[in-house]
Amino acid sequence: MEKTLGKDKRKKSWYFLAFILLLALVSVFLALNICIGSVNIPLGEVLRLLGGGGGDAVFGDIVWQIRFPRALAAMILGGGLALSGYLLQTFFHNPIASPFTLGISSGAKLVVAMVMVFSLGKAVQISSMTMILAAFLGAMISMGFVLLMSKVIDQMSMLIVAGVMIGYICTAITDFVVTFADDANIVNLHNWSRGSFSGITWDNVGVIAVVIFAASFGVFLMSKPISAYQMGESYARNMGVNIQAFRMLLVLLSSILSACVTAFAGPVSFVGIAVPHLVKNLFGTSRPILMIPANFLGGAAFCLFCDLLARVVFAPTELSISTVTAVFGAPVVIYMMIRRRRERAA
Amino acid sequence: MENFYFETKGLVVGYQGVPLIKNIELSLKRGEILTLIGPNGAGKTTILKSIIRQLPKVGGAVVLFGRNMEELTGKELSTRMSVVLTERVRPEMMTCGDVVATGRYPYTGKFGVLSEKDRQVVKESMELVHISGLEDQDFAKTSDGQKQRVMLARAICQEPEIIVLDEPTSFLDIRYKLEFLSIIQNMARTRRLSVVMSLHELDLAGRISHKIACVKGDRIDRFGSPEEIFTPGYIPELYEMSTGSYEELSGNLELKPPEGKAKAFVLSGGGTGTAVYRRLQREGTPFAAGILWENDLDYPSAKALAVEVVGERPFCRIQEARMERARELIDACEQVVCTMDVEHLGDFNRELGELYRYAKERGKL
Repeated sequence: MEKTLGKDKRKKSWYFLAFILLLALVSVFLALNICIGSVNIPLGEVLRLLGGGGGDAVFGDIVWQIRFPRALAAMILGGGLALSGYLLQTFFHNPIASPFTLGISSGAKLVVAMVMVFSLGKAVQISSMTMILAAFLGAMISMGFVLLMSKVIDQMSMLIVAGVMIGYICTAITDFVVTFADDANIVNLHNWSRGSFSGITWDNVGVIAVVIFAASFGVFLMSKPISAYQMGESYARNMGVNIQAFRMLLVLLSSILSACVTAFAGPVSFVGIAVPHLVKNLFGTSRPILMIPANFLGGAAFCLFCDLLARVVFAPTELSISTVTAVFGAPVVIYMMIRRRRERAA
Repeated sequence: MENFYFETKGLVVGYQGVPLIKNIELSLKRGEILTLIGPNGAGKTTILKSIIRQLPKVGGAVVLFGRNMEELTGKELSTRMSVVLTERVRPEMMTCGDVVATGRYPYTGKFGVLSEKDRQVVKESMELVHISGLEDQDFAKTSDGQKQRVMLARAICQEPEIIVLDEPTSFLDIRYKLEFLSIIQNMARTRRLSVVMSLHELDLAGRISHKIACVKGDRIDRFGSPEEIFTPGYIPELYEMSTGSYEELSGNLELKPPEGKAKAFVLSGGGTGTAVYRRLQREGTPFAAGILWENDLDYPSAKALAVEVVGERPFCRIQEARMERARELIDACEQVVCTMDVEHLGDFNRELGELYRYAKERGKL
């Protein structure tokens, strides 16, 4: 009894430490993202500016109009993306399911691109909410395809291949639409379609925060049924989970999350797979009640870090966010698959 | 009026509304064990899945403690019925303790945090199935036998009144099979747990069950106590066995006997002959056996494997007619095998010594 209590306590303090670590990473990268750039701004100055105190007007503009909203967006969207990946992995019982691999991001991207091109042609300003709705529509269409296929294809690896194919088709159509769109704003659109956190306004940040936080809170409330679902559908049903409703909610929430990300940052690869995996290993558990907030923080830290590199490494040229997330995310995924193969063989 | 805890009334099960097995009438009291037996693919799993509401039933009703199961909410049902299924669970990064604790789901609050009482129940359940030592081990890295016991502890931890198990012993070796069923029997006795399960091991089914249901074709062919089920000749009929044989009393299975004229005669008795019969069967040598009393230990396997058995009624002296037939068989055989200790025969089997000398004189031993 004494021993178990000690063990429980040790586990708990480890979880606590891990959360502190994630929070620290998020804060540090958030600060770095605001401080570093084409003009480096000392931290003291940034804090003074953010605290509402007066300061250099140019610095003020850079911090308030460009870097801070962008960093906030990267943070919140990163969290949402990781969470979306986590949900899809839970849903399909597949560790490499994510909005990107299942073609959900690309579906969202396609519809958003079409809406954008259409409205640019008519010179109509489109609101943040419209973008999200368009992305959500696209995400749901792709998700629908994936769900239909999952009924026919019972092998999980084949489902991923099918998802990747859907992604390619959507990307091809998007490229087609973008190439033949006749507008000067096409450069922007092009950047966005490759994935980027640039050009985020405060208006965007507001909408992002409301949508992502609401959806994430919803996910957190579902942590108990998710834990049952981890044991497989049959056991979850026996434990009294309403599977139909649960599955629908899960699909809806993960689609909202990835749609919101795609609407503002375009498709961002690998975050949805790599972060859940890293976080699970950091905590040494897969308990949803811990994993949900941890994934959010992990995704936030990961995206802040990647966006920093995207901006800074080849400044003034900016890399697309997916370029950086792929460099750090893909090795994690490869390592994970090799290790799973080995474990299964053993 | 008998008080059944679990009943099915005219239950019809199947897939997509197409009936597979009709008119299922089962009943079980608390503390009793019901086992489904029947050939592969007969629909045992389909019945079990319908009982646990995993599969929509096609017709009829399942009644639990007097209430139609359809009326029960998911939560009500989950505090009364728990399951151990055949599907493999592959939870990631969960210790065995975590897996067992998922059984507390119906009892925990909004966020599924375990209370002190929940932990206590988890601990007791693990002790009950003797897996306390596995608490912190990664579930994915345990053996099949351990996994199955963890899943049983999980089901117990749900504090059910009835537990449904689908072929729970299939992946276990004989030691774990016995251990597993002993735990279930013990639970049924001490906690008045009702058990519904399917088993492939007929011998074990006959020993542990209060009731047995035989699934065959589109119906429950027989439902009753093991004595009512294991009547001579029924099991081969149920399983449509065309080769080999099954002996109801001992649960003895024998392969198909070699055909042809007997080439060897086995002089045996008291259990000494069975091993030789089986060796001859392996070699494909047709043989005759005798003289065996019909209640001899060797008699069932001789009956199953030999071309001809010279038998005598139990507790009777060997008749001259039998001796005559045995001598004929010995004459016709190339070889005689004797597994009896002919130096120490009793009053009743003195005649076997005579046969021994008869064979010896003819150089067949």
